[in-house]
Amino acid sequence: MTTSSNLDSDAADNALDRELKALIADVLGLDPARAAGFGPDSGLFGHLPELDSMAVAGLLTEMEDRLGIVIEDDDVDGEMLETYGGLLAFARAKLEAR
Amino acid sequence: MISTWTIPATGGADTAEEMLLAFDRGRTQRVLVCPAWFDEANKLRRFTVELMRRLDAAGIDSLLPDLPGCNESTVPLRDQTLAGWSEAMAAAARSLGATHVLAIRAGGLVAPSGLPGWHYAAQSGPKLLRGMIRARTIAAREAGIAETSEGLMAEGRTRGLVLGGWAIGAAMFAALESAEPALAPGQSDIAQSQVGGPGLWLRAEPDEDAGQADRLAALIVQSLAESGA
Repeated sequence: MTTSSNLDSDAADNALDRELKALIADVLGLDPARAAGFGPDSGLFGHLPELDSMAVAGLLTEMEDRLGIVIEDDDVDGEMLETYGGLLAFARAKLEAR
Repeated sequence: MISTWTIPATGGADTAEEMLLAFDRGRTQRVLVCPAWFDEANKLRRFTVELMRRLDAAGIDSLLPDLPGCNESTVPLRDQTLAGWSEAMAAAARSLGATHVLAIRAGGLVAPSGLPGWHYAAQSGPKLLRGMIRARTIAAREAGIAETSEGLMAEGRTRGLVLGGWAIGAAMFAALESAEPALAPGQSDIAQSQVGGPGLWLRAEPDEDAGQADRLAALIVQSLAESGA
Protein backbone atom coordinates (compact mmCIF):
# COMPACT_ATOMS: atom_id res chain seq x y z
CA MET A 1 0.00 0.00 0.00
CA THR A 2 1.46 3.32 -1.04
CA THR A 3 1.17 6.18 1.37
CA SER A 4 -0.97 9.09 0.33
CA SER A 5 1.98 11.49 0.23
CA ASN A 6 3.71 9.24 -2.29
CA LEU A 7 0.56 9.15 -4.32
CA ASP A 8 0.44 12.92 -4.24
CA SER A 9 4.02 13.29 -5.33
CA ASP A 10 3.56 10.72 -8.11
CA ALA A 11 0.53 12.63 -9.32
CA ALA A 12 2.46 15.91 -9.18
CA ASP A 13 5.34 14.36 -11.06
CA ASN A 14 3.03 13.08 -13.80
CA ALA A 15 1.39 16.48 -14.03
CA LEU A 16 4.79 18.15 -14.38
CA ASP A 17 5.80 15.64 -17.07
CA ARG A 18 2.59 16.34 -19.01
CA GLU A 19 2.95 20.11 -18.63
CA LEU A 20 6.55 20.09 -19.79
CA LYS A 21 5.78 17.92 -22.82
CA ALA A 22 2.84 20.14 -23.76
CA LEU A 23 5.11 23.17 -23.48
CA ILE A 24 7.76 21.66 -25.75
CA ALA A 25 5.04 20.69 -28.24
CA ASP A 26 3.79 24.30 -28.17
CA VAL A 27 7.26 25.72 -28.82
CA LEU A 28 8.21 23.25 -31.53
CA GLY A 29 4.75 22.99 -33.05
CA LEU A 30 4.79 19.24 -32.50
CA ASP A 31 1.85 16.93 -32.50
CA PRO A 32 1.16 16.43 -28.75
CA ALA A 33 1.29 12.66 -29.33
CA ARG A 34 4.88 12.96 -30.55
CA ALA A 35 5.91 15.05 -27.56
CA ALA A 36 4.17 12.55 -25.29
CA GLY A 37 6.59 9.96 -26.64
CA PHE A 38 9.64 11.84 -25.25
CA GLY A 39 11.78 9.76 -22.92
CA PRO A 40 14.58 10.81 -20.54
CA ASP A 41 17.17 10.49 -23.31
CA SER A 42 15.26 12.33 -26.03
CA GLY A 43 17.59 15.03 -27.34
CA LEU A 44 16.61 18.71 -27.15
CA PHE A 45 19.06 21.64 -27.56
CA GLY A 46 21.65 20.69 -30.15
CA HIS A 47 19.50 17.85 -31.45
CA LEU A 48 16.47 19.69 -32.77
CA PRO A 49 17.50 22.29 -35.35
CA GLU A 50 14.48 24.52 -34.70
CA LEU A 51 15.37 24.77 -31.02
CA ASP A 52 17.85 27.64 -31.29
CA SER A 53 18.82 30.08 -28.54
CA MET A 54 15.77 32.27 -29.17
CA ALA A 55 13.44 29.29 -28.97
CA VAL A 56 15.15 27.99 -25.82
CA ALA A 57 14.75 31.42 -24.25
CA GLY A 58 11.05 31.31 -25.10
CA LEU A 59 10.77 27.82 -23.66
CA LEU A 60 12.43 28.81 -20.37
CA THR A 61 10.36 31.99 -20.04
CA GLU A 62 7.18 30.00 -20.64
CA MET A 63 8.32 27.43 -18.04
CA GLU A 64 8.68 30.27 -15.53
CA ASP A 65 5.15 31.46 -16.29
CA ARG A 66 3.42 28.09 -16.32
CA LEU A 67 5.29 26.46 -13.44
CA GLY A 68 5.70 29.56 -11.29
CA ILE A 69 9.49 29.23 -11.01
CA VAL A 70 12.36 31.66 -11.60
CA ILE A 71 15.24 30.49 -13.77
CA GLU A 72 18.57 32.27 -13.21
CA ASP A 73 21.44 32.62 -15.70
CA ASP A 74 23.53 30.13 -13.74
CA ASP A 75 20.76 27.52 -13.89
CA VAL A 76 21.00 27.31 -17.65
CA ASP A 77 23.64 24.82 -18.75
CA GLY A 78 24.13 22.24 -21.44
CA GLU A 79 23.15 19.32 -19.25
CA MET A 80 19.77 20.77 -18.37
CA LEU A 81 18.96 21.55 -21.99
CA GLU A 82 20.44 18.58 -23.75
CA THR A 83 17.80 15.97 -23.02
CA TYR A 84 14.19 15.87 -22.01
CA GLY A 85 15.18 14.00 -18.84
CA GLY A 86 17.62 16.79 -17.94
CA LEU A 87 14.96 19.46 -18.36
CA LEU A 88 12.41 17.49 -16.36
CA ALA A 89 14.89 16.91 -13.51
CA PHE A 90 15.71 20.62 -13.51
CA ALA A 91 12.03 21.63 -13.35
CA ARG A 92 11.38 19.14 -10.55
CA ALA A 93 14.34 20.45 -8.51
CA LYS A 94 13.18 24.05 -9.01
CA LEU A 95 9.65 23.21 -7.86
CA GLU A 96 10.92 21.36 -4.79
CA ALA A 97 13.19 24.27 -3.86
CA ARG A 98 10.30 26.74 -3.76
CA MET B 1 -3.60 46.56 -50.12
CA ILE B 2 -0.04 47.84 -49.71
CA SER B 3 0.12 51.59 -49.21
CA THR B 4 1.90 54.14 -47.07
CA TRP B 5 1.14 56.54 -44.27
CA THR B 6 3.05 59.58 -43.17
CA ILE B 7 4.16 60.49 -39.69
CA PRO B 8 3.72 64.26 -39.34
CA ALA B 9 6.85 66.31 -38.68
CA THR B 10 7.41 67.02 -35.00
CA GLY B 11 10.07 68.98 -33.17
CA GLY B 12 12.04 69.84 -36.30
CA ALA B 13 12.14 66.26 -37.56
CA ASP B 14 11.17 65.61 -41.14
CA THR B 15 8.02 63.76 -42.01
CA ALA B 16 8.65 60.07 -42.46
CA GLU B 17 6.80 57.78 -44.79
CA GLU B 18 6.04 54.31 -43.46
CA MET B 19 4.48 51.30 -45.10
CA LEU B 20 1.00 50.08 -44.38
CA LEU B 21 -0.82 46.86 -45.12
CA ALA B 22 -4.52 47.58 -45.29
CA PHE B 23 -7.86 46.01 -46.11
CA ASP B 24 -9.40 49.40 -46.72
CA ARG B 25 -12.77 49.59 -48.45
CA GLY B 26 -13.91 52.75 -46.68
CA ARG B 27 -16.24 50.92 -44.30
CA THR B 28 -17.47 52.36 -41.01
CA GLN B 29 -15.49 50.05 -38.74
CA ARG B 30 -11.76 50.53 -39.17
CA VAL B 31 -9.40 48.59 -36.91
CA LEU B 32 -5.84 49.82 -36.42
CA VAL B 33 -3.61 46.80 -35.80
CA CYS B 34 -0.63 47.48 -33.50
CA PRO B 35 1.62 44.56 -34.37
CA ALA B 36 3.74 42.34 -32.15
CA TRP B 37 7.39 43.34 -31.81
CA PHE B 38 10.77 42.07 -32.94
CA ASP B 39 11.03 38.30 -33.18
CA GLU B 40 7.36 37.90 -32.29
CA ALA B 41 6.45 40.21 -35.17
CA ASN B 42 7.94 37.70 -37.60
CA LYS B 43 6.31 34.74 -35.94
CA LEU B 44 2.90 36.40 -35.85
CA ARG B 45 2.96 38.24 -39.18
CA ARG B 46 1.10 35.61 -41.14
CA PHE B 47 -1.38 35.04 -38.32
CA THR B 48 -1.97 38.80 -38.14
CA VAL B 49 -2.70 39.08 -41.85
CA GLU B 50 -4.87 35.94 -41.81
CA LEU B 51 -6.87 37.60 -39.06
CA MET B 52 -7.19 40.76 -41.14
CA ARG B 53 -8.50 38.74 -44.10
CA ARG B 54 -11.22 37.35 -41.85
CA LEU B 55 -12.15 40.82 -40.58
CA ASP B 56 -12.31 41.96 -44.22
CA ALA B 57 -14.70 39.12 -45.01
CA ALA B 58 -16.81 40.20 -42.03
CA GLY B 59 -17.11 43.73 -43.42
CA ILE B 60 -14.49 45.37 -41.21
CA ASP B 61 -11.54 47.42 -42.49
CA SER B 62 -8.15 46.82 -40.90
CA LEU B 63 -4.94 48.79 -41.08
CA LEU B 64 -1.53 47.43 -40.17
CA PRO B 65 1.17 50.13 -40.11
CA ASP B 66 4.85 49.31 -39.77
CA LEU B 67 6.42 50.49 -36.55
CA PRO B 68 9.09 53.09 -37.43
CA GLY B 69 12.46 51.37 -37.68
CA CYS B 70 10.92 47.98 -38.52
CA ASN B 71 10.30 46.14 -41.80
CA GLU B 72 10.56 48.57 -44.75
CA SER B 73 10.99 51.66 -42.57
CA THR B 74 13.81 53.98 -43.61
CA VAL B 75 14.50 55.31 -40.11
CA PRO B 76 17.04 53.52 -37.85
CA LEU B 77 15.56 51.16 -35.25
CA ARG B 78 18.14 52.16 -32.63
CA ASP B 79 16.76 55.74 -32.62
CA GLN B 80 13.21 54.64 -31.77
CA THR B 81 11.68 55.22 -28.35
CA LEU B 82 8.62 53.86 -26.62
CA ALA B 83 7.04 57.32 -26.57
CA GLY B 84 7.91 57.75 -30.25
CA TRP B 85 6.19 54.50 -31.18
CA SER B 86 3.12 55.49 -29.15
CA GLU B 87 3.00 58.82 -31.00
CA ALA B 88 3.45 57.04 -34.33
CA MET B 89 0.54 54.69 -33.63
CA ALA B 90 -1.63 57.63 -32.53
CA ALA B 91 -0.65 59.50 -35.70
CA ALA B 92 -1.49 56.44 -37.80
CA ALA B 93 -4.88 56.15 -36.08
CA ARG B 94 -5.64 59.80 -36.87
CA SER B 95 -4.42 59.87 -40.44
CA LEU B 96 -6.08 56.56 -41.33
CA GLY B 97 -9.34 57.32 -39.55
CA ALA B 98 -9.24 54.25 -37.31
CA THR B 99 -12.30 53.62 -35.14
CA HIS B 100 -10.86 50.76 -33.07
CA VAL B 101 -7.49 49.31 -32.13
CA LEU B 102 -6.33 45.71 -31.95
CA ALA B 103 -3.00 45.45 -30.14
CA ILE B 104 -1.08 42.21 -30.45
CA ARG B 105 1.36 41.16 -27.66
CA ALA B 106 3.78 44.06 -26.99
CA GLY B 107 1.74 46.17 -29.41
CA GLY B 108 -0.39 46.86 -26.33
CA LEU B 109 2.42 49.06 -24.98
CA VAL B 110 1.82 51.59 -27.77
CA ALA B 111 -1.91 51.22 -28.49
CA PRO B 112 -3.64 54.62 -28.83
CA SER B 113 -5.61 55.23 -25.63
CA GLY B 114 -8.27 57.22 -27.45
CA LEU B 115 -9.64 54.24 -29.36
CA PRO B 116 -11.82 51.41 -28.08
CA GLY B 117 -10.60 47.92 -28.90
CA TRP B 118 -8.72 44.86 -27.75
CA HIS B 119 -5.35 43.73 -26.43
CA TYR B 120 -4.61 40.21 -27.63
CA ALA B 121 -2.28 38.22 -25.33
CA ALA B 122 -0.70 41.42 -24.03
CA GLN B 123 3.01 41.27 -23.29
CA SER B 124 4.81 43.49 -20.75
CA GLY B 125 8.09 45.28 -21.40
CA PRO B 126 10.02 43.44 -18.66
CA LYS B 127 8.94 40.03 -19.98
CA LEU B 128 9.82 41.00 -23.53
CA LEU B 129 13.30 42.08 -22.43
CA ARG B 130 13.77 39.03 -20.20
CA GLY B 131 13.15 36.64 -23.09
CA MET B 132 15.45 38.52 -25.46
CA ILE B 133 18.22 38.92 -22.89
CA ARG B 134 18.00 35.23 -22.08
CA ALA B 135 18.32 34.28 -25.76
CA ARG B 136 21.46 36.39 -25.92
CA THR B 137 23.05 34.89 -22.80
CA ILE B 138 22.33 31.36 -24.04
CA ALA B 139 23.85 32.14 -27.45
CA ALA B 140 26.85 33.78 -25.76
CA ARG B 141 27.41 30.76 -23.56
CA GLU B 142 27.32 28.50 -26.62
CA ALA B 143 29.99 30.72 -28.16
CA GLY B 144 32.08 30.63 -24.99
CA ILE B 145 31.51 34.30 -24.16
CA ALA B 146 30.71 35.21 -20.56
CA GLU B 147 27.72 37.55 -20.40
CA THR B 148 25.27 37.92 -17.54
CA SER B 149 21.70 39.15 -17.67
CA GLU B 150 22.56 41.76 -15.05
CA GLY B 151 25.51 43.06 -17.06
CA LEU B 152 23.48 43.17 -20.25
CA MET B 153 20.64 45.01 -18.54
CA ALA B 154 23.08 47.65 -17.28
CA GLU B 155 24.59 48.00 -20.74
CA GLY B 156 21.16 48.22 -22.36
CA ARG B 157 20.11 51.02 -20.03
CA THR B 158 23.18 53.15 -20.69
CA ARG B 159 24.28 52.36 -24.23
CA GLY B 160 21.50 50.30 -25.80
CA LEU B 161 21.83 46.69 -26.88
CA VAL B 162 21.43 44.45 -29.90
CA LEU B 163 19.11 41.61 -28.93
CA GLY B 164 18.24 38.87 -31.37
CA GLY B 165 19.48 41.14 -34.16
CA TRP B 166 17.29 44.08 -33.10
CA ALA B 167 19.13 47.25 -32.16
CA ILE B 168 17.35 48.61 -29.09
CA GLY B 169 18.45 52.10 -28.07
CA ALA B 170 19.12 53.05 -24.45
CA ALA B 171 15.94 55.15 -24.14
CA MET B 172 13.74 52.37 -25.52
CA PHE B 173 15.48 49.81 -23.32
CA ALA B 174 15.08 51.85 -20.13
CA ALA B 175 11.42 52.58 -20.88
CA LEU B 176 10.67 48.89 -21.52
CA GLU B 177 12.00 47.93 -18.10
CA SER B 178 8.84 49.29 -16.52
CA ALA B 179 6.39 49.30 -19.44
CA GLU B 180 3.10 47.53 -18.73
CA PRO B 181 0.21 47.33 -21.17
CA ALA B 182 -2.70 49.42 -19.88
CA LEU B 183 -6.30 49.08 -20.98
CA ALA B 184 -7.79 52.44 -21.87
CA PRO B 185 -11.57 53.00 -21.53
CA GLY B 186 -13.40 50.86 -24.06
CA GLN B 187 -10.49 48.44 -24.43
CA SER B 188 -10.55 44.85 -23.19
CA ASP B 189 -8.15 41.94 -22.95
CA ILE B 190 -8.41 38.87 -25.15
CA ALA B 191 -6.40 36.10 -23.49
CA GLN B 192 -4.86 33.25 -25.46
CA SER B 193 -7.12 30.86 -23.51
CA GLN B 194 -10.15 32.51 -25.19
CA VAL B 195 -8.61 31.87 -28.61
CA GLY B 196 -7.54 28.33 -27.73
CA GLY B 197 -4.41 26.40 -28.57
CA PRO B 198 -0.81 27.47 -28.00
CA GLY B 199 0.14 31.05 -28.84
CA LEU B 200 1.93 31.18 -32.18
CA TRP B 201 4.58 33.55 -30.74
CA LEU B 202 5.88 30.58 -28.75
CA ARG B 203 6.79 28.66 -31.87
CA ALA B 204 10.47 28.26 -32.67
CA GLU B 205 9.58 29.05 -36.27
CA PRO B 206 6.76 31.07 -37.84
CA ASP B 207 3.57 29.08 -38.28
CA GLU B 208 -0.12 29.64 -38.82
CA ASP B 209 -3.33 28.31 -37.37
CA ALA B 210 -6.57 28.88 -39.28
CA GLY B 211 -8.68 27.86 -36.26
CA GLN B 212 -7.05 30.46 -34.02
CA ALA B 213 -7.43 33.17 -36.66
CA ASP B 214 -11.13 32.20 -37.03
CA ARG B 215 -11.73 32.38 -33.30
CA LEU B 216 -9.91 35.67 -32.72
CA ALA B 217 -11.79 37.26 -35.63
CA ALA B 218 -15.08 35.92 -34.25
CA LEU B 219 -14.33 37.41 -30.81
CA ILE B 220 -13.70 40.81 -32.38
CA VAL B 221 -16.80 40.67 -34.59
CA GLN B 222 -18.88 39.64 -31.57
CA SER B 223 -17.43 42.42 -29.43
CA LEU B 224 -18.20 44.99 -32.13
CA ALA B 225 -21.76 43.71 -32.42
CA GLU B 226 -22.25 43.89 -28.64
CA SER B 227 -20.92 47.42 -28.40
CA GLY B 228 -23.22 48.45 -31.22
CA ALA B 229 -20.33 50.32 -32.78
